[in-house]
Amino acid sequence: MKDVKCECGHVNPHGTVLCEACGKVLDEQEKDKNLLDMRYEGSARRSITYNKTIIDKIWNFFSSVKVGVWLIIVTLIASAIGTILPQEMYIPPVMPAEQYYQDQYGWFGKLYYQLGFHNLFSSWWYLVLIASIGVSLVICSLDRVIPLYKALKAQRVTRHEGFLKRQRVFGITKNAQTAATLPLLKQKLEAKRYHVREENGDLLAEKNRFSRWGPYINHIGLIIFLIGAMLRFIPGMYVDKVLWVREGETKVVPETNGKYYITNNKFILQIYDKNKDDQVFGEAIERAGNIPKNYQSNVTLYKAEGNTVAGEKPKLKKLKDFGIRVNEPLTFEGFSLYQVDYKLNELNKMSFALTDKATGKSFGDLTVNLNNPDTKYNLGKGYSVELLSYFPDFEFGKDGEPTTKSRIPNNPAFVFKMRTPDKPKGETSFVAIKQTIEPFGNNKYKLKFRGIATNNVSGLTVRKDNTLWAIILGGIIFMIGVIQGMYWNHRRIWIQNKSGEVWVAAHTNKNWYGIKREIEAVLADTGLQMPYDQLQRQQNEIEKEEA
Amino acid sequence: MVSLSSNLLLIAFILYLCATLFFGGAINSKKGQVEKTNINKWGGIAVILTVAGFISQLGFFILRWIASGHAPVSNMFEFTTFFGMALVGAFLIIFAIYRTALLGLFTMPVAVLVIAYASMFPRDITPLIPALKSYWLYIHVTTAAIGEGILAVSFAAGLIYLVKMIDQNRASKRTFWLEVVMFGLITTLGFVFVSSAFSLADYHEKFNWVDKNNNPAEVEYTMPALTGPHKGELLTKGAFEPILEVPALINAKKLNTVIWSFGGGVVLYGLLRLILRKRVAASLKPFVKNINTDLVDEISYRSVLIGFPVFTLGALIFAMIWAQVAWTRFWGWDPKEVWALITWLFYAAFLHLRLSKGWHGEKSAWLAVIGFVIIMFNLVAVNLVIAGLHSYAGS
Amino acid sequence: MKKRRLYVRSIILFVLLAAVAYTLYANFTKDNTMKVAVGEKAPDFVLTDMNGQKHRLSDYKGQGVFLNFWGTWCKPCETEMPYINNQYHQYKEKGIEVLAVDIKESNVAVTKFAERHSLDFPIMIDRDEQVMTEYGIDPLPATFLIDKNGVVVKYHTGQLTEKEAKDFMEQIKP
Repeated sequence: MKDVKCECGHVNPHGTVLCEACGKVLDEQEKDKNLLDMRYEGSARRSITYNKTIIDKIWNFFSSVKVGVWLIIVTLIASAIGTILPQEMYIPPVMPAEQYYQDQYGWFGKLYYQLGFHNLFSSWWYLVLIASIGVSLVICSLDRVIPLYKALKAQRVTRHEGFLKRQRVFGITKNAQTAATLPLLKQKLEAKRYHVREENGDLLAEKNRFSRWGPYINHIGLIIFLIGAMLRFIPGMYVDKVLWVREGETKVVPETNGKYYITNNKFILQIYDKNKDDQVFGEAIERAGNIPKNYQSNVTLYKAEGNTVAGEKPKLKKLKDFGIRVNEPLTFEGFSLYQVDYKLNELNKMSFALTDKATGKSFGDLTVNLNNPDTKYNLGKGYSVELLSYFPDFEFGKDGEPTTKSRIPNNPAFVFKMRTPDKPKGETSFVAIKQTIEPFGNNKYKLKFRGIATNNVSGLTVRKDNTLWAIILGGIIFMIGVIQGMYWNHRRIWIQNKSGEVWVAAHTNKNWYGIKREIEAVLADTGLQMPYDQLQRQQNEIEKEEA
Repeated sequence: MVSLSSNLLLIAFILYLCATLFFGGAINSKKGQVEKTNINKWGGIAVILTVAGFISQLGFFILRWIASGHAPVSNMFEFTTFFGMALVGAFLIIFAIYRTALLGLFTMPVAVLVIAYASMFPRDITPLIPALKSYWLYIHVTTAAIGEGILAVSFAAGLIYLVKMIDQNRASKRTFWLEVVMFGLITTLGFVFVSSAFSLADYHEKFNWVDKNNNPAEVEYTMPALTGPHKGELLTKGAFEPILEVPALINAKKLNTVIWSFGGGVVLYGLLRLILRKRVAASLKPFVKNINTDLVDEISYRSVLIGFPVFTLGALIFAMIWAQVAWTRFWGWDPKEVWALITWLFYAAFLHLRLSKGWHGEKSAWLAVIGFVIIMFNLVAVNLVIAGLHSYAGS
Repeated sequence: MKKRRLYVRSIILFVLLAAVAYTLYANFTKDNTMKVAVGEKAPDFVLTDMNGQKHRLSDYKGQGVFLNFWGTWCKPCETEMPYINNQYHQYKEKGIEVLAVDIKESNVAVTKFAERHSLDFPIMIDRDEQVMTEYGIDPLPATFLIDKNGVVVKYHTGQLTEKEAKDFMEQIKP
């Protein structure tokens, strides 16, 4: 592992292909080539040179671009497979996922489920793939950027003949008067924003070296982005809760430690109307039928004052009224409330009239609040109704007893006791939608259905995401990196005296067309010949041979 | 205003077609060019036609925007035409840098195909659903489309490279796959022809059928049904009886359209082969005789370099910002999101292979072609086949 | 020089590996991370029972609290209620209080339910789901065992058997 001393006197690390200072070819294999491989300036990639311990071996594995590309390709293919069938999170929750996939997609669905593709994007091996890409990003970049930086810093103006000769753009002008043309060349190059260095009558013009750092900067951006994605797993960084609020209801916002409350004043659903909305939409509305125009929850946000314990009625201070719409979340103190779902016309109130079955005469109305009904309804003049039992989502149980399926008043049923002056002990009546049962024989009175009131329920998502800063920062740095690396290119032009001849060589990391045009402009009227593109000359020769 | 805007699109379409022909002429009449690419008279006319077409399509875009009150990128027809326009715009930018008429000969037909394909979708101006009501619609969709347009130029350049470099004297894997690409393009044309023909004939037939949840449903075909729906019952008298009934899981109507388009493609391709008496790619070879392969390779690479950041910005970053606002999270593994990621990963791999593994020339050209196939898959298949949040009202 | 490189590489690899390992671990435990974790102090709350008496959790310091969340419509809740009631009688004198919190139902329904199953422990209704939100409960029934210091000892979802109910009481006996 000895360092290599070049004939120019510069000491290069072991494994260097081209001398950092003068560009002399140090690697025997490279000497046979007509053109140099200029990636990473022929600097020594550390990882290749050591291969001793297990740490070095792991390091070298991740340091390989080949491995990196393979990781990308495998991730790409896995992701593509993950889109063939909908992911578990997007299937309707009507039955267990295992059953759903088989039921909907047959044997293929079953296989898909068994192989774990139904939940691919949070499977351990997909995470490992992404993580490996992250590791590869860090190690690849570290392994390349440091030697590249050193090589670019150490480069001298005067270059070795072998280096110049093997550049893709290269030419020799014999019998040229360099002394006179040098200032002109310099001036012309500087006009093209080149940074020109001069040594012993040799020129090195260089520009946009910073574009070489673009790839590493965008990798830093990606790493910050991945760190942001990782932060989500730290408790408290990320909140994803669903909050259903009925119209008129006030509820605590989850995860705010009882600090914020919200009242749903009204839920609004608007549909495009062929007659009212812009006429140009007419045909589309006719074709598609109902096209939703707006989902909106008008809410009031409150802050609880003082220290109240859950269950206590908090003292609420109104903060603001807000219409939450799709694309317009309500945001406060790191939290956002989004309009995501709704339920229309949930039963809210039901009214009845106490009626004499025979005469049809009514003795007063009562209205039952279906979410929290009163037990006694006094209708006056000795008439009253008592609520004995209430089943918001009524069904008959296995034993024939009435029960409720949930606490949502989807199908309310009641057991009422009707007391009247002539029946002071009362008559019992079981009342459900479209049916009445009189369990203890024929009643004289009945509760006649009068009407219902409904209200809507808003489905909101409560979101807090403390990782966004890293995601945004990573995104910005990535964009800066790619733009810096891709929209600029690092160009160098060497104009050097070699035994009475002027040698011109040039290198760019991309856009050869551009640099050639630039050289043409610079060399015009200087008596120097335009250098050749050696790669093209080779190709032309091959084609000529073929023809 | 709406009809004027439609007319402008038609004009643009015709201008693009003419431009393609002139680009063809520009190649044929040029002889023995080497390094520099001078534009001759034919080429000049072609460029002027392209610019005129672009302006006309821009007029279509602006008028439609005014008429509907939102940027016309909200359904399949609008988005696809915009993609076509972005492709033309990207070509004009690359052309301004490299001044090679041949690129036009390969880019413009693709743009023409894209716009023709777009026109097969319902052209009504649709009102925006709540999720789309955001200025991010304009920013995200247009930037993504422009990025994809620039990347598509890389496909055109790659295609030129392959047509030129692949030896057509003997059949090989390479000639086969190149023909597959040609066939794919021709099949798109087949789809356009078949749909237009049945649309002109005003063909309709209705079915009652039973969907996968055993609910009765009704479906209307606009092409004769080769594949009928599950337990389908033909309602239209005298209409074509389906040859094959497919299970409820598969959308019989879409499958039918695919079969017809494929059939159209096979017929067109067969006719071409009969007339040309050689491979389609082989018959394109004379056009690319004088092209400098190194330049084409560089154009293909540079288009990716220019397009990749734009694509990242539009299809991933702006998309994430909007998703955070509209769907509560910046990333949710929706199929369209995943395919944008796949496209991005693919081009990232492309760049690494080129930069670090030295995949220049033919390998790079093949990658450019595959990249375009992925973009097209994301545009066509993901919208129409894999349902997700992004599914437009395409049928 | 060579040694230093090995150190640097080892440290970088270790950091990366630790980050990945933590992410994987967190990803697999995210579904069972509870808002109120075992070993933490149980959040305080105040609710009024069906007899109009106020119950504040922190007032039961020194006693074990068997905190049960339930609903009348929930079949497993209905099954386990009598067991809990039996055990309540056994352990009441030994310093254990049972608090049964119904989620957002009507007085009528809850009272009838309590009468039908002749439940004797305090039953209260969490009308606006404040307590439920505070405890981050999803499926019912859910039971928290809180010891005499107000610390959560155990969290259980799903129906209890009589034996489990007894074991649970035993666990929080002061």
